[in-house]
Amino acid sequence: MALKIVKGSIDRMFDKNLQDLVRGIRNHKEDEAKYISTCIDEIKQELKQDNIAVKANAVCKLTYLQMLGYDVSWAAFNIVEVMSSSKFTYKRIGYLAASQCFHEGTDVIMLTTNQIRKDLSSPNQYDTGVALTGLSCFVTPDLARDLANDIMTLMSHTKPYIRKKAVLIMYKVFLKYPESLRPAFPRLKEKLEDPDPGVQSAAVNVICELARRNPKNYLSLAPLFFKLMTSSTNNWVLIKIIKLFGALTPLEPRLGKKLIEPLTNLIHSTSAMSLLYECVNTVIAVLISLSSGMPNHSASIQLCVQKLRILIEDSDQNLKYLGLLAMSKILKTHPKSVQSHKDLILQCLDDKDESIRLRALDLLYGMVSKKNLMEIVKKLMLHVDKAEGTTYRDELLTKIIDICSQSNYQYITNFEWYISILVELTRLEGTRHGHLIASQMLDVAIRVKAIRGFAVAQMATLLDNAHLLTGNTQRNGICEVLYAAAWICGEFSEHLEDPMQTLEAMLRPKVATLPGHIQAVYVQNAAKLFATVLQKHEGETDSQAAQETSQLLIDRLPLFVQSANLEVQERASCILQLVKYIQKLQQKNVEVAEEVTALFAGELNPVAPKAQKKVPIPEGLDLDAWINEPPSESESEDEKPKVVFAKEEPKHYRSRHTEVDEKELARRREVRKQEQANNPFYIKASPSSQKVYDAPGVEHIPVVQIDLSVPLKVPGMPMSDQYLKLEEERRQKEKAERKKKEKKKKREKRGKGRKADSGPESEEDITPAHQVDIVTEEMPENALPSDDDDKDPNDPHKALDIDLDNLLSGFSSRPLADSEKLPVRTHRPEVLKSPAEDRDSKSVPQETKKKSSKEKKEKKKDKEKDRKRSKEEKKKKKKHKEVEEELLESQPEEAVQSEETKEAAAPPTSTSAEASDLDFWLSSAPVPPAAAQEVTAPSSAAAVDTSSAAAPESEPDEPKDTEPEDTKSSKHKKKKQKKEKEEKEKKKKKRHHHHHHHGDAGGEDSVQNGTVEEEEPLPPMSNYSLLAENSYIKMVYDIQGNHQDESKVVVSVIFENKSDSFLKSMEFNVLDSLNSKLQRPEGAGPHDGLTVPFQLPPGVSNEARFVFSVQSIVMPQKLKGTLTFIVKSDESSTHEKLDFKLHFTCTSYLITTPCYSDAYAKLLESGDLKGSSLRLEGINMPFHHLLARICFHHHFSVVERIDSCASMYSRSIQGHHVCLLVKTSDQTVSIDAKCDEPSLLGNVLDEIKQTFSKC
Amino acid sequence: MIKAILIFNNHGKPRLIRFYQYFLNMQLQIKHLCTNKMAEDMQQQIIRETFHLVSKRDDNVCNFLEGGSLIGGSDYKLIYRHYATLYFVFCVDSSESELGILDLIQVFVETLDKCFENVCELDLIFHMDKVHYILQEVVMGGMVLETNMNEIVAQVELQNRMEKSEGGLSGAPARAVSAVKNMNLPEIPRNINIGDINIKVPSLSPF
Repeated sequence: MALKIVKGSIDRMFDKNLQDLVRGIRNHKEDEAKYISTCIDEIKQELKQDNIAVKANAVCKLTYLQMLGYDVSWAAFNIVEVMSSSKFTYKRIGYLAASQCFHEGTDVIMLTTNQIRKDLSSPNQYDTGVALTGLSCFVTPDLARDLANDIMTLMSHTKPYIRKKAVLIMYKVFLKYPESLRPAFPRLKEKLEDPDPGVQSAAVNVICELARRNPKNYLSLAPLFFKLMTSSTNNWVLIKIIKLFGALTPLEPRLGKKLIEPLTNLIHSTSAMSLLYECVNTVIAVLISLSSGMPNHSASIQLCVQKLRILIEDSDQNLKYLGLLAMSKILKTHPKSVQSHKDLILQCLDDKDESIRLRALDLLYGMVSKKNLMEIVKKLMLHVDKAEGTTYRDELLTKIIDICSQSNYQYITNFEWYISILVELTRLEGTRHGHLIASQMLDVAIRVKAIRGFAVAQMATLLDNAHLLTGNTQRNGICEVLYAAAWICGEFSEHLEDPMQTLEAMLRPKVATLPGHIQAVYVQNAAKLFATVLQKHEGETDSQAAQETSQLLIDRLPLFVQSANLEVQERASCILQLVKYIQKLQQKNVEVAEEVTALFAGELNPVAPKAQKKVPIPEGLDLDAWINEPPSESESEDEKPKVVFAKEEPKHYRSRHTEVDEKELARRREVRKQEQANNPFYIKASPSSQKVYDAPGVEHIPVVQIDLSVPLKVPGMPMSDQYLKLEEERRQKEKAERKKKEKKKKREKRGKGRKADSGPESEEDITPAHQVDIVTEEMPENALPSDDDDKDPNDPHKALDIDLDNLLSGFSSRPLADSEKLPVRTHRPEVLKSPAEDRDSKSVPQETKKKSSKEKKEKKKDKEKDRKRSKEEKKKKKKHKEVEEELLESQPEEAVQSEETKEAAAPPTSTSAEASDLDFWLSSAPVPPAAAQEVTAPSSAAAVDTSSAAAPESEPDEPKDTEPEDTKSSKHKKKKQKKEKEEKEKKKKKRHHHHHHHGDAGGEDSVQNGTVEEEEPLPPMSNYSLLAENSYIKMVYDIQGNHQDESKVVVSVIFENKSDSFLKSMEFNVLDSLNSKLQRPEGAGPHDGLTVPFQLPPGVSNEARFVFSVQSIVMPQKLKGTLTFIVKSDESSTHEKLDFKLHFTCTSYLITTPCYSDAYAKLLESGDLKGSSLRLEGINMPFHHLLARICFHHHFSVVERIDSCASMYSRSIQGHHVCLLVKTSDQTVSIDAKCDEPSLLGNVLDEIKQTFSKC
Repeated sequence: MIKAILIFNNHGKPRLIRFYQYFLNMQLQIKHLCTNKMAEDMQQQIIRETFHLVSKRDDNVCNFLEGGSLIGGSDYKLIYRHYATLYFVFCVDSSESELGILDLIQVFVETLDKCFENVCELDLIFHMDKVHYILQEVVMGGMVLETNMNEIVAQVELQNRMEKSEGGLSGAPARAVSAVKNMNLPEIPRNINIGDINIKVPSLSPF
């Protein structure tokens, strides 16, 4: 054995450690992969050894390899092993590895729950810290649920180091287990005022993260944050708070008003740029939220813009970047104040830093107007030419298009100019955005009728020069524009000057090298052109030209019929056959043109992108229902439809109904409308959507002839510049004309699709070069106007949208329900149970708490998970028996019970009070910043006054105040009693069950264990008795024996805060007697008090348990004690003290223990027991109530009951047997008792007597 | 929230990676499709992309980068600092203050400098675990834990002391051996310490 150890350590000397591994990798530069694979083999060997140090070393190396991109998930179990080491060194390595490579899908995570719990409660703060850090990286919903309560306890840890980590990790827990937010929130809020700045900062951090996603739930915290903002000096905290306010102000403009002053002061005073920047940002948010027009706020805007200008002009690139970023926020609401800095921004476009150029581009987007659009775009086009890197150039391209197309082409006055810009953009080589340009061309050509002629001419040129675009093979994205060109030429072929030439261009052999979807469009539109050509030549006597065209098609189309692309092939062969048929007809001199054109008749209107989504589902349509009988299983397998025409399908084909002629359509529409109008169940379309539908009445759109003074074709390619010049001339001319006509001229009406004029006043003067009609996009009838389209259903923060206000504040409409409390391990020690029983008791609470079906479902899930887990564990067990045992060892003492905490029922101050508090706080005049700090406190105090004044029924008098609380606490008790009763019944049932096996002992009519036929419901009972009470706090307590330890009892004390103030630093101390001692943590003196592990917000109650060791249990005794605590209200904090007497009755040493009647009989026969008896007169209650009382208050269990006679049994924690025989007749109850300790028995009987004398 | 922290050198070799969010390729995001290896591949891809983005930037341009295509969309930003041979890159979302994070990087680097005494790239290469432990005291689960350098150093040192009292990872004999191994040193580049590099920080009061 010794030899083995020595050998082990010698082996270890030659193991590689992390440094050796790194060195090795550096020395094997040329065959690194090979070297690492041998290293991994070594690591695998090391992991097989028993020595934990070797394993830890191996895991450490794996962590390094993971960084290099090697998969180490195969070692997940070994990582868990190392995590469970008792040595901090190894534990840390294990947790590091876990945090690097575990994720939600890692299945061994579920093995770690108990290990983590053990580490969390470790006496060593660094064990706890390491566990928290690790957990923060790999927490799963399961872990979050199981550990939420443990982490919550840690939030009140004595060490700030642990507190801040626990607070931070709560955010991760909330994300994974949203149910924990409500119960944990009061404590989180408490931490905002933690004495340690680190903890405070952590709490601010978490709440900011939460509020960022669901700000409205955190509005009520605004006063608190305001206080923090004016008092804190920690820049990090300030930044977070100011950012948070930025999120809150849009919801509450009054908050913004209050903020402006202190923020402006911060802007003036702070030297930290980061803080200044965030202040400016939030002021901007405030200004956005305030409806403009407040005169004194324009000063604030000026201040912001001015500060930002300083930032932008700074030589530090970072500040420049941020300045531009913030500027773009102002731009949205106050474009004018930004537009005056146009020079600066245009200057930034020339910056060498790409990030800055991009930001400047963003700004440009908002700065364009009708006046300067052409000018700005011209400048951008220059940049496009200069930009060498493709990414930036692509960005420029998209920006140009964005700028021009924004808000429905609002700023474009001359669409010819825009088309030529688009055409110029096609000369960009290697851009990825060909399709973007293409879709713009299509959009403009379809929606702006007046421009079609010009567009078609341009597109025809493009098609003619297609070789210029496609020169650089297909990878060149720009050839996408040919798609648009072909389509436009085909669709609007009536505008073509020489359709024949275009047709020729479209059927060139070179076209076959284009991508399939473009070819398909070519083929289709060639057919359209063909129709146009035919029509053109129809009237002529000489049919030669038409026949030539047919021949051209017949000659060229076979090329496409051979295409590998199915879509092209299909279309080509269809059209080819069609043309052949037409040729036949032509040869017979039949007039075909009209019929051929009919193929492509009808107007295409653009369809809104959301249209499909908005089509309401017709009544009675169930797409999931089977139309026919479902086919047998075997068939359905291989008949999945395959997508052949993947993304190539352009949207324009979809809406084409060439077969149905216009009249028919109109008729159908009419019929449908009629039907809908008569159907009372049909939800009528909102007027807006109706209008949208009706709008494009094509005939009524006034199409104005293009002013011929603008030449259609400008020789030489860069035409857009000339448009710019022309435009200027035109505007000047117009101006001059207007001056002449002055009043005579009236403003022209705008087309329907035009957005309302939102441009600044001066813009009105500019009339568009030709009146355009922008056809609006079609929406389906009855489209529901909804705005929820862009919410992401997968956002984890959606689940965290939980109303916390009423939780924070009191007699709420919704205090924490039982079901919401976190699952907790009970602190009460458990009886040792056989595994079977254990499972039993686990499942029983689930059955009893049938509160809601939802909960049930959850439980079910849990069960399943448990089952899965146990299966998993079994599997693993085979492999790693020893370790598993090690892990499981800790389980019995820590077994989870889903018993609820008796924590925090309902906090005090009413909702209305809280609400009016916030209202008051907000409505008060802006606080002068210097005095801000002092003023806030009184103001909130005053708020309390006003709120109580506002609600006359809640007068500040004490008696009335206490009343509701009493009722509340009694409610609270009732709940508990009910639960306990349930538990008892459970137990009884269980016992009953056992009796079936031993059942022959009792007579036929005997009723076992008091589970009688329901005679009468039992009255509510509670074992909690008052310990002490004053105006601040009330304590009730209960004493329970400890099953496992014969000298320990557990005292559960419920502390209830009755005041309006915050109670903290509670210390519980008891003057020990010789016999009974309070168990104190190691190292504490015999007179030290125990810190109560929580603080109490107003109205909250919480339970703490204290363990006492007792030597002799035969006598009752009383212990004197004191509770000290600090009452903290807004203005002051005072030390308070409350004395109490803990009464240890003999009953409290008894433990309910089941006993079978045969064993009971034997016990009585043995003769070791001394007898005593008791007679109670005037007991006026049903027998089963009487028994229940004895059972409940004195921890007995019924062994057997026959009519009005019952035998009962109990055991003390030190093993004394106590037997009772209870008989009743009339109103007299006689109790004969036997026990092996007479004085104990005497005292118990006295206590029983007392119990009944009370009622 | 900080989504990821990457440290790599001028050649893109990772020196420390710390992801606070589980990144997966969008196309592979269907859960059962992704094997464990994909997570690592994705991480490497992110490192490569980030390196590509960051490395081509001059030293005198701004320290912010709009997120790459792999790490999240427009909400994410890369905030980085370049010290001698190393890039420190933080990927954050919009809830973090840009300048604040720049300061945080500075705090982190200064802490490293204190803990390693004139830190250089080699320290990070050979003591990746220690760097992780230091980082754990600064950032936890993607949220800033501590910004006070003295506090960070104190906690790190207390934990190291604890490790020492347990005999450390390798114990004395192994250390002796590794000292012997150290004799044949490979060509280790010297003098790349970054402690003395004067960093331009916008006038900020220390946190």
